[in-house]
Amino acid sequence: MAETVSEGVAAHTDTATDTSRPTPRRVPTWVPAAVAGALTLLFAAGILLWDNRLPVGSAGHRTIVQMRLVSIGTIVVVAFCQGVGTLAFHTATANRILTPSILGFDALYRVIQTALVFFLGAGALAATDGLGKVALQSLLMVLVATLLYGWLFSGRKANLHVLLLVGVVLGMGFGSLSTFMQRLLTPSEFDILSARLFGNISVSNVAYLPWAFGVCLVVGLVLWRRRHVLDVLALGRETSTNLGVRYQREVLLVLVLVAVLISVSTSLVGPMTFFGFVVATLTYQVLASNEHSRMLPMVALLATAVLLGAYFVLRHVFYAGGMISVIIELVGGLVFLVHLLRKGLR
Amino acid sequence: MITLTDVSKSYGATRALGPVDLQIPRGGITALVGPNGAGKSTMLTIVGRLLGADTGRVEVGGLDVARSRSRDLAKVLSILRQENHFVTRLTVRQLVSTGRFPHSQGRLSTHDVAQVDAALEFLDLMTLGDRFLDELSGGQRQRAYVAMVLAQDTDYVLLDEPLNNLDMAHAVAMMGHLRRAADELGRTVVIVVHDVNFAAAYADRIVAMSDGTISHVGTPAEIMTPEILSEVFATPVDVLQHDGRPLAVYYR
Ligand SMILES: Nc1ncnc2c1ncn2[C@@H]1O[C@H](COP(=O)(O)OP(=O)(O)O)[C@@H](O)[C@H]1O
Ligand SMILES: [Mg+2]
Repeated sequence: MAETVSEGVAAHTDTATDTSRPTPRRVPTWVPAAVAGALTLLFAAGILLWDNRLPVGSAGHRTIVQMRLVSIGTIVVVAFCQGVGTLAFHTATANRILTPSILGFDALYRVIQTALVFFLGAGALAATDGLGKVALQSLLMVLVATLLYGWLFSGRKANLHVLLLVGVVLGMGFGSLSTFMQRLLTPSEFDILSARLFGNISVSNVAYLPWAFGVCLVVGLVLWRRRHVLDVLALGRETSTNLGVRYQREVLLVLVLVAVLISVSTSLVGPMTFFGFVVATLTYQVLASNEHSRMLPMVALLATAVLLGAYFVLRHVFYAGGMISVIIELVGGLVFLVHLLRKGLR
Repeated sequence: MITLTDVSKSYGATRALGPVDLQIPRGGITALVGPNGAGKSTMLTIVGRLLGADTGRVEVGGLDVARSRSRDLAKVLSILRQENHFVTRLTVRQLVSTGRFPHSQGRLSTHDVAQVDAALEFLDLMTLGDRFLDELSGGQRQRAYVAMVLAQDTDYVLLDEPLNNLDMAHAVAMMGHLRRAADELGRTVVIVVHDVNFAAAYADRIVAMSDGTISHVGTPAEIMTPEILSEVFATPVDVLQHDGRPLAVYYR
């Protein structure tokens, strides 16, 4: 027996050297981090200072800078929510294609907005704006998500695919409901509503911003503390269970946190479907290895840099501030398609 | 000791397993053999608490697998499934390090690192530690997975067809590694093997299954008879003696 073993070992060592290739060159983590950090600062400074025609020190100058600070704050929150939310969603579902919007968040947001206009008239959108509505809206989205996940995950046949399928179907249901109500609106009501249904960073809710910051901070901390558990969850149900992680509980927790993040972002600036996908994919590309201790900070940083950059270029260079989400979604959708065509539905 | 009492599992109307009763003593290698669909994987995954049984009770090292804390079980029992596909990009060393999770909760101590090194060394993976899994051959990857469950440092190691996709040399080497894990590290190894001859050459005990039930349990010498094998595999099997060991012949 001992002989067989040592022969076997020898055979292994041979094949190991036979097939060994030079290890591919890897860019150290700090390089993309530094680039993204520098770009973030650059774009933030650009947004703050570029093309402010009023004299420095005047009250008007200060007001403009303050307004722009609010925009930057909004961008940071949205980037964090979408980037971290999508990456955590990918980990919890052990896939890198789907985005949280598949669970019907965007559709839910649309149906709430549409219902407001439908039942209360066009004035209702503006009249009900404010902290209360935003908070209520977020709460509703998180509640629906938690009930949905909780219900689907408590059964014996708990299955992520069923969950996703139900999410898609609900999303489609909400979508049809919105479309139906939109058909019955007057053209002017519809016009006001459509402006609201495309995400728009320039018209975010200021009063809500500090709260959003707080929520992001708490969710970010919870995820950060669980970063090692996230590493394990990414390996799927069976490996997680083998390693002693309570898979269902942990996945449920992550999905609820994702729901919180996405609802915060949606309530602030409206739905975004592909932005999170783009920055999460970018993160997987620039980082050689997939530890959450690196991916979480990186995706937040990259998302902020990309969103700030898009905002700066579109608003201050092309004067197309209202189009930002539309263009990001267009580019994001294209990236998504190219990714699908190249890699398939894995 | 692994004890199964009255364990059964059905998918819809089809009964995949049992009810079965089985005791697997501590130490050595136990091989589960039987034709496709005999219920080997079902039984192994139930013991490894990746699948819940419909009835009955499974105890591993005194712990009831359905009731004990998952974290406690992960220090006693590790299981490797037939198919492993990860979305994350991991190096061999990172993969093997995740095997330490039940002990370290992700923060590797020097003891954990030493255990990872030992597992890499044990499976001849030292030179491949920094390679990504998708840069490995099938045999190397299989070894990396086994290194992960060995690094978990559990008394009981369950492996579902660890010889899958391995050529002759790699299959022999893998069985050698498992034999050493049982002999040198004192692990209790339970494997599903497709090829009865590997079971006969390396295992201490063979559990023969067919149609969801256990038909025979014994040493290789006891199980490797033309009668038993022909019955279990439902095909004519002859048994020769080669080098003092039984060898099943069934190709035509
Ligand atoms: N997820 C499943 N759904 C339905 N039937 C299954 C499932 N898994 C296994 N089976 C059935 O259970 C029986 C035992 O399967 P399995 O334990 O995988 O056999 P083995 O590993 O011995 O080849 C087979 O008849 C198989 O078709
Ligand atoms: Mg099987």
